[in-house]
Amino acid sequence: MQVNGEFKPLIVAFCCNWCSYAGADLAGNNRLNYPAEVKIIRVPCSCRVNPTFILRAFQRGADGVILCGCHPGDCHYTSGNYYTRRRMAMLFSMLDYLGIERERTRVEWVSAAEGAKFAATMNDFVAQVTALGENKRLEDLRCKK
Amino acid sequence: MQKVTASQLIDRAAALLSDGSVSAVLGWKQGEFDYDITPAVFADEQALRDAFVWNDFCGANFSKYLLKATKKVDGKVLVFLKPCDTYSFNQLLTEHRFDRDKVYAIGIPCEGMADIDKVKAQSGDGIVSIACGETIQVTTLYNDAPVSVELADVLEERCANCKSKKHVAYDELLGDEGDVLDSARFDEVAQLEAMTPDERFAFWQEHLSRCIRCNACRDVCPACTCEKCVFDNPASGVENKAPANEFEEKMFHIIRAFHVAGRCTDCGECSRVCPQNIPLHLLNRKFIKDMNDNYGEYQAGAEVGSRAPLVDFTLDDPEAADVLDRRG
Repeated sequence: MQVNGEFKPLIVAFCCNWCSYAGADLAGNNRLNYPAEVKIIRVPCSCRVNPTFILRAFQRGADGVILCGCHPGDCHYTSGNYYTRRRMAMLFSMLDYLGIERERTRVEWVSAAEGAKFAATMNDFVAQVTALGENKRLEDLRCKK
Repeated sequence: MQKVTASQLIDRAAALLSDGSVSAVLGWKQGEFDYDITPAVFADEQALRDAFVWNDFCGANFSKYLLKATKKVDGKVLVFLKPCDTYSFNQLLTEHRFDRDKVYAIGIPCEGMADIDKVKAQSGDGIVSIACGETIQVTTLYNDAPVSVELADVLEERCANCKSKKHVAYDELLGDEGDVLDSARFDEVAQLEAMTPDERFAFWQEHLSRCIRCNACRDVCPACTCEKCVFDNPASGVENKAPANEFEEKMFHIIRAFHVAGRCTDCGECSRVCPQNIPLHLLNRKFIKDMNDNYGEYQAGAEVGSRAPLVDFTLDDPEAADVLDRRG
């Protein structure tokens, strides 16, 4: 999206209810800054994220997608994030294989106590995607306004 | 030329039909053209003698056909399985997709199947008839004498890079048992990985933009056996329709490959049936290669009951970023 001639990326962050979403909350409570371009979608577990969700986000105009979950070993449902780890590694590797920039996707483990890590991660990811520019390769151009 | 002959297969099938141990035979019959061999169910010996075909164009993998055949037929179904088909057979058994007791499987050796496009490249268009013997004799409208084509020169891609001549499941074996081969099937994937992202994007754009969404790759795939498919659901946004733009082409193929990731035995049926000649096996092999590299060697269907990499985990799996970095 262009705002006053400046590129502002649209970032979709899937955050697990038990760790990362609470981590985002903590970042807010602690008055830590992270860019408003990040749109958080709360999911029950990082394992809930179907690869189609990620592709759909790109289709509808996201410039980057980040998936945040509990640290491995800390999953509220015991093992959900272990499956996520394999699944997303395979999906992102496939996107890279198809020529989609690998910098547009990321998996990050953020616990409920890591508000600062959440803010830092988002700042870093937004900067990374901003440098890449607009997502053209995985977007449905009919979704443009 | 194939090592077992059609008459050997017909005789064995007829014997099993007549002594009542099987009540139907899943085999091949000729379609519209000599090279267009389609699967068929034979219920009696006469039908077998009339129409059963076994030659260098019998590519169809019968494993998936067992799902319906075992439900429709009372008694056992006789099925002929080439080595690569036996992997799909095992994979479907792992997923409890058909009743093993209702199947009598005969393993048959396979020397590879011919790709009609490669045959046409040698013989020219206008094929009138094809006879498979020592070599493939192709009669065309434009040549006086039949053109002789060697099977080894016109093998399908999956057969040229055959992963195994060994049957992993059968009740009875006709001919000799082969070995698991050390094939170069991941070379092309590695070549693509070595390209720059822009080159890869251009490569896939060129191929995937030809997709007409006929869904043949899904329908033929022995790993795609869901009764309700995401591609039939209008609410999914990726339902069965011609892709309207670049995104939809990629979306369909990423999802299709991902849904069979870890369960794909690399039988190569998707690429064989694609009317647009899209190299779909390169997507499947990419997943297989990544899983082998990161989670240990795994061949889907090599044994019944094995756990596919994506429904399993270990505590020290590499992170997504590491998987990408490792490849550079």
